[in-house]
Order: sequence, then C-alpha cells, then structure tokens
Amino acid sequence: MLRVIPTNPEGQKPTVRKKVLGKATRDAYGETLLQLGKENPNIVALDADLSKSTKSNLFAKAFPDRFFNFGICEANMVSAAAGLASSGKIPFTSSFASFLMCKGFDQIRMGIANPGLNVKLVGSHGGISLGEDGASQQSVEDFALALALPRIAVVQPADEVSTQALTRQIAAYHGPVYMRTGRPKAPILYTPQDKITLGKANILKEGTDVTIFACGLMVAEALEAADILGLKGDKIGVIDMHTIRPIDENAIFTAARNSKAFVVAEEHLVHGGLGAAIAQVVSTFYPVPIEFVGLKDTYAESGTPPELFEKYGLNAAAIVQAVENVLNRKD
Amino acid sequence: MLLNQEVILENLAAKLRIDILKMIFEAQSGHPGGSFSAIDMMTALYSKVMKHDPQNPDSPDRDRFILSKGHAAPALYAILAHHGYFPQENLKTLRKMGSPLQGHPEKNKLPGVEASTGSLGQGISIGIGMALAGKLDGKNYRTYVLVGDGEINEGQVWEAALFAPNHQLDHLVVILDHNGQQLDGSVQEIMPLDPLAEKWRAFGWNVIEINGHRMNEILDAFEKAGSTRGKPTIIIAKTIKGKGVSFMENNNEFHGMAPNKEQFTLALQELEHA
Repeated sequence: MLRVIPTNPEGQKPTVRKKVLGKATRDAYGETLLQLGKENPNIVALDADLSKSTKSNLFAKAFPDRFFNFGICEANMVSAAAGLASSGKIPFTSSFASFLMCKGFDQIRMGIANPGLNVKLVGSHGGISLGEDGASQQSVEDFALALALPRIAVVQPADEVSTQALTRQIAAYHGPVYMRTGRPKAPILYTPQDKITLGKANILKEGTDVTIFACGLMVAEALEAADILGLKGDKIGVIDMHTIRPIDENAIFTAARNSKAFVVAEEHLVHGGLGAAIAQVVSTFYPVPIEFVGLKDTYAESGTPPELFEKYGLNAAAIVQAVENVLNRKD
Repeated sequence: MLLNQEVILENLAAKLRIDILKMIFEAQSGHPGGSFSAIDMMTALYSKVMKHDPQNPDSPDRDRFILSKGHAAPALYAILAHHGYFPQENLKTLRKMGSPLQGHPEKNKLPGVEASTGSLGQGISIGIGMALAGKLDGKNYRTYVLVGDGEINEGQVWEAALFAPNHQLDHLVVILDHNGQQLDGSVQEIMPLDPLAEKWRAFGWNVIEINGHRMNEILDAFEKAGSTRGKPTIIIAKTIKGKGVSFMENNNEFHGMAPNKEQFTLALQELEHA
C-alpha cells in the first residue's frame, strides 16, 4: 500500500547524519565513578571479578580501601551492598548486567528494593552488543527484572556525555538505581553543554508523523532511521528515554498528542522493558498504535554487534520498517 | 554475682517465651519452634552483650543484630518490645493488616529491625556490608547475625563464609541456631552438615561450640568472640527446636504452626512454671 509522502515543508535538504563514535558507556561510567570517588568519601565500589570489564577497576586503583572485590559471588555482593548502604555508604555495585540482575535478583528484591536502600546497581555489557560471547553473557531481560521490583530507578545512558551526567545524578539521588552500560563504543549524541536530567526524556527531534522512543545504542539507530525517513519527507520525532523509571509521562503524552503513533526501540526483549513501560503509560490516557523494536521472544547468539543487530532487527533499517508499519496502522 | 546475672537472663528468656507463645496464638500463624530455639541467645545479646539504644535506634555506633532466619520474627519482636523499641501492646498485632510486625521482619517498618529477611541465606552477607562500613568509618560496633542450620543449605551462606575471613571481619559474629530440624524433616535427612565445625574452621572462621540454652555458655561465647582478632567468629549453638514447651520440643509440626486453644493453655502452663 502506498502512502502519500508529504514534501519537506522547511525547504531544507534532508540528509542522513554520520555516526561519530565516542567512548563506550562503561568507560564513561568508570571514569565518572573515579571522579565521584574523589568528591565523596562515602562512595564505595563493589565488583564480582569483572572490574576490568565493568571499569570499576579505575576506582579500585585509586581507592583500594573503598573497593571490594567479592569474587564470583553476586548474591553475597548484592546483600553486602545493602549492609553498606544501611550504614551510610553509597555502594556502586557492578557486574555484567545479566549476572547482576539474574544472580542477584532475590537479594536485590529483599535487601534493596524492599527497604528502598541507597544502592547503585550498574550492569555493564547490557543487551546483545557485547557480541561474540553469546547468549549466556548477553542481558536481554535486565530491564524487565529491575522494573518488576518496586522503587528501583532504571536508567540506560546512550553515549558518553549522558553517562557522565547520569552517573553523577544517580550518585546524588537517594534511593536504589539500576543503570545499564554497554560494551562497544557508543555514537556521540550530546555535547557537554546539553542538559540531561534523570527522569526527564531528551527530545532529540520533533516530529508529527511518528515518535520513536529509544534508549542506549538504539537512540543513534533511531536518529538514523528518522533521517532516512526524512529524505521522503516524513516528520519523525526521536526521544532518548534514558530513564525508564521514573518514566517521563509528560513527554509520552505530548508525543502521543503530536504524532499519534509510536515506535519503541530497545536492546532488550520487546516484553517487560521500555516499550512495555511506554505502552502502559500511553494506553491509560491517549492510546496510539505502537510498534516494538527489540528481541522478539528469543535469546540471541554469538556474532559481531552489527551482525547481531541486523539479524535480530535492532538497527535503523528495522526501525524504518517499524515506522512504515505503524504509519499504516495510524488513523 | 555472675550466677545472679544468669538467673536474671534465664527468667527474662522464660518471660519472652510466653510473649512469643501469646503472639503466635493471637495471630494463629507463625513459627514457634525456631523462635524458642533462638530466644536464649537473643536474650543474652540484647540484655548483656550488645550496645544499643532503643531511644536512638539508628545511632551510627550501635551494635547491629540481623535475624537472618526471618521466620523467628516473634522472638525478635518480643525482645525489641521488652527493650522499649515499641509498646508491648503492639505485640498483639503480629501478622495483622497494617501492623509493622510483619510475618517476617521488614527494615523501615519497625525500629530496631536492621534488615528485611525471610528469604533465607542473606543475613551474613548483609552483616558483611555493615562490618565493612564500620571498618571504613573506624567504628568499633559489632554485627551479630543469627542463622538457622537449615538456612545454611543456601549457597550464598558459603559465599559469605569465604569472604568474611578474607577481610578479617573480626567484628562480625554469626550465631548458628543448630536445632537439627528444617521444614521437611531433620537436617540429617534433608541436607547433612557434618562435619559442621570443621567446615567453618576450614573456611578460616573462629569456631565456638556451645549449648545454646545454657546462659553461662552463651555469655562466655560472646566474650570469646569479642576478644578474637583477625577473623570472624561463628558460635555453633546446639539448641532444641520448640525449647520450653514439652510437646513442641523437637516436634517439626511446630516449625510453622500456631497452637490451638488447648495446646496454648498447656504450653502457657508449662512456660509459666518453668
């Protein structure tokens, strides 16, 4: 079915922007944690034998007395973080996202979520973009697990600048937080002057045809998809939803009114994550058709990140397709 | 003089057993067996061993107590009420809607409850976090964690057992309420632990073995734990599940069951004449 493609009203020549890679979000996290350690003596770091990968090793080197390596004992680490927090410390607790959330889940539930303690859980190597190590290391259900627990803020920064800002803000925020970082270098989206606020969505592109919500590496893919569609004259909005909880309801309601169709893209199973959270908000107030871009009821496999993103439908091309689908469903 | 102190504590434990029995009877649910096996040690801790202030339950210098075997909550509530953390009257609200006296302890619901417990195996790890924080802050408070012998089936306990000696957490004291019973039967049948003391010793712990109902042995063990440097202590306390009520002793039916009216009357008589 053909759609009527509107012309570009501003008369500008649309282009597709090029991705410029910056640091991996895990690197930006590690560097910011080190800075925070200098500023606040109550910050401590915990890891489970993955500090070289999670980048908590930078903190460990500078502050050996305030760093605790628990070995490959995630449950013990998470409960100890609860004990540290209840005695006034701010424990940044790192491991791979999959191990932290899956192996530490009951300990997070009882020790941290139940009393609402000030523990920062930071899962690195989130999503499938860690690549070749395969499904056992890839975390595709970590948002769902964190969101299933009351009180825990859930955050995924998209680039180095937003990682720096959000790491600082979660340290200052009093309460439990789960933050996911990623392994590969992330495309730069923000300048240090940009304002990034925990709990507030970043509107990167205004659009009246469809709004794409995304987090993590999918934000850059969403921008590319919007540019590709812009060549045809579609006005596609893009929102970086770096904070999944507390979710920015205003941003969702405004986008629903303005564009009346959504695509949500995340490096996660399509159930239980950002898409589900947005659908829950919008369906109570202003239902609009939504297409979900993410892993569809499956684990992934070994491969390079671009190969995996293509096979599992997590790139700009897949987002373009999802936009086409949702435009066809739009009233 | 010393004898007097022991008698006072034994009398208090007997009174607390009555409180526990009444609470569970009133609630018509709860865990009498494991509450009775642990109460003597908890009585000693709160009355003689621990530094704590019911008027200032969050004092940074307080000693911490974590009831890792959270199902013994009635024992914890009875002792906290006795020491004035909340009105004695509130014990009647155990397990009732709106009460801070939840079926298992919840931190932040009730003053004096240091950790939310009830999912077994987590208490020693939480205590490790508290002990690490104390060391960092140069404080000399001690952290006491009471665990059950069934509970130490949990793998996390052994993660914690590996960690604590590695960090020389000598301000951490674990009390193992070794009553020999778990929910589905005897520990010996379900998941044998022997050689128990050797296991902990091999992990690097200072191990003290006592009878967990003899006040002199209990006080002596805490004193020895207090003077041990460089390693954490575990007090393996041989106890009797349901201790104090003849028909509950070693009777696994009373692991998690409230007495009926007739049983309550009988039990009360026994405890009052103990």
